[in-house]
Amino acid sequence: MALTNDTIQQRLQEKFGESVFAFRDSHCMLEFAAPKELNLKVLNFLYDDAALQFQFLTDLTGVHYPSNKGGELAVVYHLHSLKENARLRFKIFVPIEQPEVYTATGLFSAANWMERETYDFFGILFVGHPNLKRILNVDEMDYFPLRKEFPLEDQTRIDKDDEMFGRGGTIK
Amino acid sequence: MSEQHIKLPEGSIEKTTTTLNLGPTHPATHGVMQNILELDGERIVSADQTIGYIHRAFEKLAERRPLAQITTLTDRLNYCSAPLNNMGWHMTCEKLLGVQTPKRVDYLRVIMMELARIADHLICNSIMGVDAGAYTGFLYVMQYRELIYEIYEEVCGARLTTNMGRIGGFERNFTDKAFQKLEKFLEEYPRALKEFENMFQRNRIFMDRTMGVGGISAERALNYGFTGPNLRAAGVDYDVRVQSPYSSYQDFDFIIPVGSTGDCYDRWLVREQEMWQSLSILGQAYQKIQSFKGAEAEVYHADAPAYYLPEKKDVYTKMEALIYHFKIIMGETEIPAGEVYHSIEAGNGELGFYLISDGGRSPYRLHFRRPCFIYYQAYEELVKGSMLSDAIMTMSSLNLIAGEMDA
Amino acid sequence: MSRPVSYNLVQKPLEKDISVAPLPDGHQGEGFFATSLDSVIGLARKNSIWPLPFATSCCGIEFMATMGSHYDLARFGSERVGFSPRQCDLLMVMGTIAKKMGPVVRQVYLQMAEPRWVIAVGACASSGGIFDTYSVLQGIDQVVPVDVYVPGCPPRPEAIIDGVLRIQDLVGKESLRRRNSEHYKALLNSYGIQ
Repeated sequence: MALTNDTIQQRLQEKFGESVFAFRDSHCMLEFAAPKELNLKVLNFLYDDAALQFQFLTDLTGVHYPSNKGGELAVVYHLHSLKENARLRFKIFVPIEQPEVYTATGLFSAANWMERETYDFFGILFVGHPNLKRILNVDEMDYFPLRKEFPLEDQTRIDKDDEMFGRGGTIK
Repeated sequence: MSEQHIKLPEGSIEKTTTTLNLGPTHPATHGVMQNILELDGERIVSADQTIGYIHRAFEKLAERRPLAQITTLTDRLNYCSAPLNNMGWHMTCEKLLGVQTPKRVDYLRVIMMELARIADHLICNSIMGVDAGAYTGFLYVMQYRELIYEIYEEVCGARLTTNMGRIGGFERNFTDKAFQKLEKFLEEYPRALKEFENMFQRNRIFMDRTMGVGGISAERALNYGFTGPNLRAAGVDYDVRVQSPYSSYQDFDFIIPVGSTGDCYDRWLVREQEMWQSLSILGQAYQKIQSFKGAEAEVYHADAPAYYLPEKKDVYTKMEALIYHFKIIMGETEIPAGEVYHSIEAGNGELGFYLISDGGRSPYRLHFRRPCFIYYQAYEELVKGSMLSDAIMTMSSLNLIAGEMDA
Repeated sequence: MSRPVSYNLVQKPLEKDISVAPLPDGHQGEGFFATSLDSVIGLARKNSIWPLPFATSCCGIEFMATMGSHYDLARFGSERVGFSPRQCDLLMVMGTIAKKMGPVVRQVYLQMAEPRWVIAVGACASSGGIFDTYSVLQGIDQVVPVDVYVPGCPPRPEAIIDGVLRIQDLVGKESLRRRNSEHYKALLNSYGIQ
């Protein structure tokens, strides 16, 4: 029997009760969230449960929601159960003042660089990560460029210095 | 010379290993990544990879652009197979916008995607030959890649960064000349591929250089998030085209070649066999396209005027087309809010697009799941304990594309 | 088996079996030819340029096509594509140069021996191209002096060949004293190179 989104949701709710929430179907993919303390427990459960077996980490990334107070930064996991061919999306929200999440590197080797990238872009600290340092940007960089408040454009450029190019000017 | 003149780094006399810096511009790295290898004689003790030498901030850039303009960015991810990325992106948008594409568009897309896959595998396999010392194979098959590029040019006008198609289909119907060129390619390429294969497949030197080199078990490969030919070489028959079919791949009859040991030779063989499968898919798709009759044979885009950028000719002559053109270009179209993850089987694995839309004209956040980025982290495990020359073979057999890796 | 070179239907006949570089201006008579040392050395240099491909992204793939059998850069005396900066005359920077990569380009430039030339292939190397972002160097001329810019994203192989031919013009006409001149030193100094 194919694994349906309802079955996954049922299994998760049996195990974690009210702790897992915000279930929804987003374009045929199950999506839910959990508190940040539970992220490893949920991942482990999804990994080990005989009926689910979400043992392939497809993707891990971050999102910045400046208006979501208390949970400005989100860590998004995409998991894939290759046996059942089911995918799901799992979100963790953390406050920007203390963006700490347990690392998934113990479970998935693939999470290593993905977490480094997320740290590089958003400054999310993965507790227990073996080598949490910048991966794509230079080590000297002192901000997290994908947070919404930082500009995209290279601020040192002087030849296209007006608001149409995102430098100087008055338009914000 | 007295001892004071020789300045050696701290601890360099006591240590018994040699540090070797490979890259970021070493000719054997094929792309810009740096490897710092610790060598004991010629055996590799450890490897430390540094990437990010061509980080271009695609994801931030995408937050400033309307959906249609992101196609140009996807070109530059895996530039060896740009049409694959373009179509993957268009399909992601269509999933968000709820656009259904007609069968003919799907088949046309399949043709372009399989041509791109052949071009991608061709580069990787011939470059593996170059790294093993066989430059001829590369020079020989590059001519056939030109044939693919000529088909691209006929379809969209560009060779490499194609920016092909639009959300909902193609910008114009394929010309007869494009189909003629495709026919010519289908006729001539198999012979060249066979010849290329004869040159390498049972070549003693090539076999000795690649067999048992850089192998990985299926469990480790899955744990490392391998996808595409590299995972299939390890013996896992995971292919996005089959597992979650897109663009009507379920209508085609093809097999997924798998390897057993996951070493360089298996990776080469899997790519080689996939090229044959792609040729078969191309033949089937071309047949299917010829079976369309009448008005159906002229369809090249979905009937979704609100999202499909109309043809320029219509913009100048028809009122509706002008209105929709204006709305799409100025970002006045209604884009539904929502989150979409769509993945396709790209040249080197599962290329995923995670798109969050808040209803605005450009994405709230767009994340690319880049296969190279994910599997390059296994490199240390692949080369540990092997010889220095094997490290080079392993790197080229992984098909690392720096532009995709660093995004 | 027939090997298709192209879809070209019109066969162009070969004009000569061997093409010879044209003579520089000078005086010749029976058994002698007199010209300036500049032009002889220029002639030799321009027809034996060793390029150093510094390929980072898409333009590098187009360079592969340029170098490959279809377009064949070797026809213009650049048969040997060297990968050691110490042996090469022409630095070809192809592709986006991120800020992390900037010092590497400069290092490679410094390792090359004089006389050396630089060609920026593609929009990214020339000006940052479409990537006006926090991580991309806005043109390599911020770190090294550039002789020829080739536009395009990516430029077609024909355009890259055209760029190499422009470099050949520069090389052929260059005065032997240019690299010792005050002007040239000032140029290098403006990049912080002694």
